Amino acid sequence: MLMFNLDENQVAIIDYGMGNLFNVQRACAKVGLRSVITADKNVIMQSNGVILPGVGAFGDAIANLKRLDLIGLIREQISRNIPFLGVCLGMQLLMTESEEFGGHKGFDIIRGRVVKFNNSDQRNPMIKVPHVGWNRILFKKNQSMNLGDSVLQDISNGEYMYFVHSYYPVPEDDAVTVTTTCYEGIEYCSSLSRGSVFAVQFHPEKSGLEGLKVYENWANKVNQYEELKHK
Amino acid sequence: MTKNIRIIPRLDIKGPNLVKGIHLEGLRVLGKPEDFARFYYENGADELIYMDVVASLYNRNSLHDIINKTAQEIFIPLTVGGGLRTIEDIRSVLRAGADKVSLNTAAIRNPNFIHEASRIFGSSTIIVTIEAIKQPNGEYFAYIDNGREYTGIEVSFWAKQVEQLGAGEILLTSVDRDGTGAGYDLDLVKTVSELVSIPVIASGGPGKIEDIKQVVTEGYADAVAIASMLHYDAIKYLESNLDSFVEGNVEFLKSGRILTKFEPVSLPSIKKYLVNQGVQCRFAN
Repeated sequence: MLMFNLDENQVAIIDYGMGNLFNVQRACAKVGLRSVITADKNVIMQSNGVILPGVGAFGDAIANLKRLDLIGLIREQISRNIPFLGVCLGMQLLMTESEEFGGHKGFDIIRGRVVKFNNSDQRNPMIKVPHVGWNRILFKKNQSMNLGDSVLQDISNGEYMYFVHSYYPVPEDDAVTVTTTCYEGIEYCSSLSRGSVFAVQFHPEKSGLEGLKVYENWANKVNQYEELKHK
Repeated sequence: MTKNIRIIPRLDIKGPNLVKGIHLEGLRVLGKPEDFARFYYENGADELIYMDVVASLYNRNSLHDIINKTAQEIFIPLTVGGGLRTIEDIRSVLRAGADKVSLNTAAIRNPNFIHEASRIFGSSTIIVTIEAIKQPNGEYFAYIDNGREYTGIEVSFWAKQVEQLGAGEILLTSVDRDGTGAGYDLDLVKTVSELVSIPVIASGGPGKIEDIKQVVTEGYADAVAIASMLHYDAIKYLESNLDSFVEGNVEFLKSGRILTKFEPVSLPSIKKYLVNQGVQCRFAN
């Protein structure tokens, strides 16, 4: 029975009360990836991929994940090299800490901080926060060489993706950054990768056909992982 | 400026039909919302807005069906508004497939609803619609119930409050201009956009392509909602089966007329024009 469940639900979309997870699941379904929205530890442990989505406040997110006792589990899954996809807030939570409302500790899987778009900047008082809308993702020069195996493969340099966020991550190690994006003169990391972890600040599930490619490529990683596991 | 302006088709919905009125009244049936939505998605719409214009609580299931059908095949943000009164109403349209909701009447009656909703669903999920009507003395007042009910609340005051309560965006509709083709109300849009630091979506009035550019360059709109201009273009490509409409005013559809005060225009034409005019937007050549 357990095997049957596992087979039915290939990847776990973590449900921790932050934002709309149904459209992440719809995108998975569109690319043929079976998924379950869950906070159940056993289901997450047995999955072949973990998606951490989410919109909202960093502090609330960490508090909810602590209450559900999921932080250690997610870290453990990542350390086992399971394909992991962080989306929006799910990317930011991977960082060491956020400056939101006095500061919160994150997963510290990617060293660095999460900072806010500054709209009290005198030079640019008209900057609107949150950053809402379509923006280009630009591959870092040294990254474009090894994209063949990336979750962003077959996506053009400068492609538009859909963003909604007030904060952005600043990784300490520049080498984790896959793409940058520029909003009102601020250039920031819009996707990052390390080991089996891939994370995006934008919403691929809301970025049309190009966004669905991200899920399609990630689904291939999940399938590869699954095959290796059964060998 | 490095910001891309969003072009958002606005689909007013009554029961199972896409409709369009004048000053939010006198609704004509134009077709099936899901057909227009798919057409706009394929033609480069940046987002979509579904507005249940009669706040048809009695018919809420048909709205949910339309949202659900849309979300299965359309992977751009979808905002749903009209008649959402409770946290549970919001939860149910999000579950059906909406990404954001827009609130008006319930938010004005109980401003704390904005705060509560943005805490639960995240600010970026909560858009507040402001339906503005210009008063004889030049002031703008916010109305509810599709511009029918006076509230006595001044638009600038309300916009600032909405921002402080945690709304992620403002959908600013000029009821005076809605469905007229006379152009956006630039004074209204500029006043609100300069006042708040959250994005403002301008709505109501565009009749020609220049109106769209003007509300961005002179009104500082962060996004534009467009209805008639797009619908009267799309209708040429979408076959409607008139017999399938069981309710609503279909006389207009049968007549095959296009209102002359609107220049029918496609999304790619709008975007090409804007880019040529130096206004940035998502546009694939």
